Amino acid sequence: MLGMADGWIATVYILCLLSALLCVVYGVVNWNKGDVAELPTDDDKHWAEEEDKLEDEL
Amino acid sequence: MDGMFFLTILVLIYLFLIGYLGYRGYRGTHTATDYLVAGRKIHPFVMAMSYGATFISTSAIVGFGGAAGVFGMGLLWLTFLNIFVGIFIAFVFFGARTRAMGHHLDAHTFPELLGRRYDSKFIQVFSGLVIILFMPLYTGVVLMGAAKAVEVRTGTPYAAALLFFSAIVALYVIMGGLKGVMYTDALQGTIMFVAMIVILLLTYSKLGGVVEAHQRLTDLASHLPEKLVKGGHQGWTAMPKFGSPLWWTLVSTIVMGVGIGVLAQPQLVVRFMTVRSSRELNRAVLVGGIFILMMTGVAFVVGSLSNVLFFDSTGSIAIAAAKGQVAQIIPMFMKGFMPWWLGDIFLVALIAAAMSTVSSQFHAMGAAAGRDLYEATAGVASSDTGSISATRGGIIFTFLLSVALAYILPVKYGAGGAAIIARGTALFFGLCASTFLPMYLGGIYSRRITKAGAISGSLVGFLVSALWLLFIHDKEAAALKVCQVLTGKTSLLAGVKTGFIFWPEVDPLLVAFPLAIIVTIVVSMASKPFSKEHVDNCFASIGR
Repeated sequence: MLGMADGWIATVYILCLLSALLCVVYGVVNWNKGDVAELPTDDDKHWAEEEDKLEDEL
Repeated sequence: MDGMFFLTILVLIYLFLIGYLGYRGYRGTHTATDYLVAGRKIHPFVMAMSYGATFISTSAIVGFGGAAGVFGMGLLWLTFLNIFVGIFIAFVFFGARTRAMGHHLDAHTFPELLGRRYDSKFIQVFSGLVIILFMPLYTGVVLMGAAKAVEVRTGTPYAAALLFFSAIVALYVIMGGLKGVMYTDALQGTIMFVAMIVILLLTYSKLGGVVEAHQRLTDLASHLPEKLVKGGHQGWTAMPKFGSPLWWTLVSTIVMGVGIGVLAQPQLVVRFMTVRSSRELNRAVLVGGIFILMMTGVAFVVGSLSNVLFFDSTGSIAIAAAKGQVAQIIPMFMKGFMPWWLGDIFLVALIAAAMSTVSSQFHAMGAAAGRDLYEATAGVASSDTGSISATRGGIIFTFLLSVALAYILPVKYGAGGAAIIARGTALFFGLCASTFLPMYLGGIYSRRITKAGAISGSLVGFLVSALWLLFIHDKEAAALKVCQVLTGKTSLLAGVKTGFIFWPEVDPLLVAFPLAIIVTIVVSMASKPFSKEHVDNCFASIGR
């Protein structure tokens, strides 16, 4: 098959193409999924505190 | 001469663009989060290209492409693992959880993520040390490959090419941090992508189409040298004989060692923490899958098919035409069978491949030295300017170390030194997989793995890998010479075969990784679990 001497090689040639296709399909199907609300990090909290302080001072 | 002019223009345009993107990274860097995890707001295309370009170095194309010239298309099993494990499983099953946990625990490096997950400074420092001590050798491989490619094409002396190349990379990494690294990676990945597509199309068209090309390669099997047939070779479109030495090298060392080891590479894992949400990771899967297919997939197909072209023009198969030098197969193929302008674009693509990998290595090593060792042990509180300065210092230190290795080993110690460097990738992948993967996987999936379990599994993985590399696995043991000096043999199990297991070719991953997993689980079952508060906090943004 595909000019290969061994079914294992023909299989893996197709598997490479299929796994790349799987990545494409997964990416397209989930294009707008998975956006989760984030909890603020220490950096975010730090920034918010600084902002509050600045506003108070102003 | 015209060729040199074209190449000069290409390189100048390339360097200008790299300079510009490095500057963009520099201008966009204000905080430690910017410098270490690119502000956690990287575009999915940039993330995927950066992941791919970091993953694929010059040696993946030239070294492994040359190996495909010898072994044939069996190497495509590695491409399959690269795409399925290295992209799909990595992004979908590791990426999303790593990103969520990393963001919630405010981790900026892979060792910091592990350290915070297991509430252990030891884990952070130990992981940082493994990176600093062993990654320079891996960086050395890539630096040596790039400097040699420039030396061969332009006649620039090795030392000058090495220094110039690494100094440019170090400059934009130091200035632009991970933003600079990832922006330039995306450009470098795009150049690599375009070059590989053109090479694939030209090769297939020269050989009369896809199936015709494969058939001609299949028909060439009757010209295999006696030595390769004895080793188990059955042609370039067939797997080597099951259990033969060539089968073990291909399946164990090349396919499994590199294919699975990629999951625990610190410079890749940190990229999951650079995007804003798992939506970006989902989008990046699409780009990453196609990118890797066009990198190693093309290199391995073209490397194998080069045998037909070499045979038609010289009467010898690729490895004979390259006088036994596996790494020369792809450069000779480009020079002999591809248009000169494509050869120049390919050289720029190779430089891009090396730069994208080295830049990420410098960044990962610098962060390990600055953030995970210096800041974690010196008792200094992390601040934006402090973390950036510490990491910059770390980058300069590891830059000097890597360049020194890439210079001293091959130049001062000749072939023996170059052989050690050449094993750098395998050494680092082998150590990383067994040291990090069990505690990393357990850390993002299991609430029951304990600190003692993680530490003992990691230490066992590290020690068994190191001993296996030093004393058993033939290629590394022979290059490092420790076994030779102590016992007089290149490997303690040289030539030993039990059933179908050919011990000196068994990759350390196949031994150390299962052992590390067992130790992690057993010790975790026997030791005190983390408090519910700690585990709940770690998994807060992942859910049960």
